Amino acid sequence: MNKIGLKDLDDIALGATFLGTGGGGDPYIATLMTRKAIEQNGSVTMLPLDEVPDDALVFACGNMGAPTVAIEKIMGADQPPAAVLALEAHLGRQADLLMAFEAGGSNSMMPIYNAAILGKPMVDADGMGRAFPEMQMVTFSVYGASGSPFALASEHGDTVILDIDDNNRAEYIGRGITIRMGARAAKASYPMDGATARRVSIPGTTSLCQAIGANLRQSRELICDPFANLIEMLSETNYEHAKVLYSGRVTDLIRETRDGWAIGKVVISGRDDENLEIEFQNEFLAARQGNQLRAIVPDLICILDSEMAQPITTERLRYGQRVSVMAVSAPPIMRTNEALAVFGPAGFGMESTFIPLEELP
Amino acid sequence: MPRRWLRLGIDVGGTNTDAVLMDGDQVLSWHKVATSIGIADAIVAAAGTVMKQGGAASDQVAAVMLGTTQFTNAVIERRRLNPVGVLRLAAPATTAVAPMSDWPADLAAVIGDSHHLLHGGLEFDGRQISAVDDAEIDIAAQDFCAKGISAVAITSVFSPLDAAMEHQAESVLRQTLPDAAVTLSHRIGRIGLLERENAAILNAALSKLAIRVIEAFGSAINELGIQAPIYLSQNDGTLMTASQAVRYPVLTFASGPTNSMRGAAVLSGYSDALVVDIGGTTSDIGLLLDGFPREAAMTVNVGGVRTNFRMPDLLAVGLGGGSLVREDGRCIGPDSVGFELKKRALVFGGDSLTMSDIAAAAGQMSLGNMDHVAGLDCVQQALATARTMVEAALDQVRPSAATLPVILVGGGAPILGSFAIGGGEIVRPDHGQVANAIGASIAKVGGECDRVFSLDGISRDEAVAAAKSEAVSQAREAGADAGSISIVEIDEIPLSYLPGNATRLRVKAVGNLSAARI
Repeated sequence: MNKIGLKDLDDIALGATFLGTGGGGDPYIATLMTRKAIEQNGSVTMLPLDEVPDDALVFACGNMGAPTVAIEKIMGADQPPAAVLALEAHLGRQADLLMAFEAGGSNSMMPIYNAAILGKPMVDADGMGRAFPEMQMVTFSVYGASGSPFALASEHGDTVILDIDDNNRAEYIGRGITIRMGARAAKASYPMDGATARRVSIPGTTSLCQAIGANLRQSRELICDPFANLIEMLSETNYEHAKVLYSGRVTDLIRETRDGWAIGKVVISGRDDENLEIEFQNEFLAARQGNQLRAIVPDLICILDSEMAQPITTERLRYGQRVSVMAVSAPPIMRTNEALAVFGPAGFGMESTFIPLEELP
Repeated sequence: MPRRWLRLGIDVGGTNTDAVLMDGDQVLSWHKVATSIGIADAIVAAAGTVMKQGGAASDQVAAVMLGTTQFTNAVIERRRLNPVGVLRLAAPATTAVAPMSDWPADLAAVIGDSHHLLHGGLEFDGRQISAVDDAEIDIAAQDFCAKGISAVAITSVFSPLDAAMEHQAESVLRQTLPDAAVTLSHRIGRIGLLERENAAILNAALSKLAIRVIEAFGSAINELGIQAPIYLSQNDGTLMTASQAVRYPVLTFASGPTNSMRGAAVLSGYSDALVVDIGGTTSDIGLLLDGFPREAAMTVNVGGVRTNFRMPDLLAVGLGGGSLVREDGRCIGPDSVGFELKKRALVFGGDSLTMSDIAAAAGQMSLGNMDHVAGLDCVQQALATARTMVEAALDQVRPSAATLPVILVGGGAPILGSFAIGGGEIVRPDHGQVANAIGASIAKVGGECDRVFSLDGISRDEAVAAAKSEAVSQAREAGADAGSISIVEIDEIPLSYLPGNATRLRVKAVGNLSAARI
């Protein structure tokens, strides 16, 4: 058992930005929210995934909506717990534990926020192990858990319960309601018993955010090579293979909106060798050097500024930035054939097949 | 003989006040005095000298352009700020993060904690989150009135898309506080509620100081007998009028580095180059693209407060004229004797070995009593260390393997001596020591459009055209000569997850100050 207090939040936020792999939204505002919630209600108890009792009721929580709206229309204080309370009322039973559905980006903070306000413990796990753009792109769904019933809440306290068989349709319909709620809704979803949660979740991802953030912070404080330090730290986790793919400057940046997605490509040029090209759809999906694949989803691709090793989101990419690109292997539960069908290259309509990072040059 | 129309560029810094008299891009005369004698006196002394040296009559000056760090310094030093009443129109949204949640405690204490989070605000698509409630605003106004607060910052959600609610709140507020200095957030910030609100609060906190400082500017110029209009330079390298500056002092933040880089562009004749601005404590290294500094992509902290101003993307290195030299010249800075150079440097009879002493000993600068630095044995080592520091920093700023010219400006430029850096041409323009006053004098006027467009009914090209035309008409309204206006920046951010392929377009247009305005 672990406690999350005020001193941990900045590290978790930094690590969550890294796991956001370019997307997931800047956790800055969610961190301010959570800081106040912990100041007022005390620190949050976090249970390792393997200690979750069989019969415990677990909810996965987070937010739905557009990151660009999130920086302008900040959430109401009661909005995230309203979704949890609505789902509890619908099920006629209180949740015992809260969990993140997305450890990358701003959603990393939401179970901590809710747990502080509602006085519940949380689970050190999530369903994405990084950031992904859609609600069904979670290991929960891959291994048979239903996202429904789930609750959405607006800042007005309006709540909607959805009960939808198919997690793809749940994503589609839920997003429609989110847009009517002003493109920012709080969500409580994937109600599961403890036995299911242990089977379908990625263990240790909240504490991994904290460890990554603390590692990057310590490298800055000691002024030592942040990339080598992080690679060494990750080698002892289930994200075991990590490497720096490339260092150079952003020399081209193409963005477009297609079907509501921020889609594009960033080109990074080094001094001598061939350029590195990274495709993104909210998150970075694939890195190639010429015809040579270097890393591909669901393995993680992170662009960091070369000086401070600050992870850079796709929205903050700018021509001329000096960056280093890191790739990290996703944990085994995210690399099975079932998982790859949902959030591997095929899940994003890419023709490439998945090749593990450690087998690529 | 055709009448000459001259411009007076003045940079009022924390340490020095510099003035230049310009005829087009040509420097007629320049002068530097210490700001410590008082802002107005410093301007009179510096500008009076350049007028005399340039042989200019006061009625030949067509415009006065001032750059100043007075407002930035006030925030950094937490001095001369006034308390602010804060109104946010957003409830029930945004209640999870109160105004000024992330401010340093010492600065927040100066501003006070009189904030009211009231109903109002818009959704991304223009619907209301909730209606503005005049009675709530009246209660807040009474609260400010009772506390003696006369400066107010008003921010509503998505006001950059539609500012009607901020205007409504101001008019209700004025029924109780008719003379309040009111800052509406949409006037100074972009989308990003907290950053825009922070900038509005800082602006309101500077409102009393702004009146005093701009009055001092005006009376100094008046004392010189100059009737020409006064402009202040903004952080994006464009100008605002003195009366705009009284209302929006926050827009002068970081104008100094921008002016230095713009000045370097004009002095050198290069529009794409690396600029090294060497001051007393640091060297600021930036990249010029099309004559303007590359902007920082990250949010910018001013005095510990997060804002989303456009700031030049600068790399600061602890190397300046006052930097302390240690370890036989193998270690320089980051500490500096700063404005105490004339007391503490060896060459002035002090006891500290500084980079200015090294430059004097190497014959690159002549100052003080050269006998004090005769026989220093670490000169070559210190010069080599300084060059290595600058080369490493240039390498980080350089955009690609291509060689770009390197322009050295600033009062400390002589400390680098003459040598080649990274293969590019080294330019040491004349008058580089007053590059920021020159940058102020050549600043342009600009207009901007920052709006979310839905691409359902119109094509992307039509949206871009609409944004361009709005930016151009804003630039014209600001006084730009229509023929000189060009679009300098188009930034497009698609809004993911929203229907109708919404996209946020930011377009910036700039032009020369029109002769009609002059």
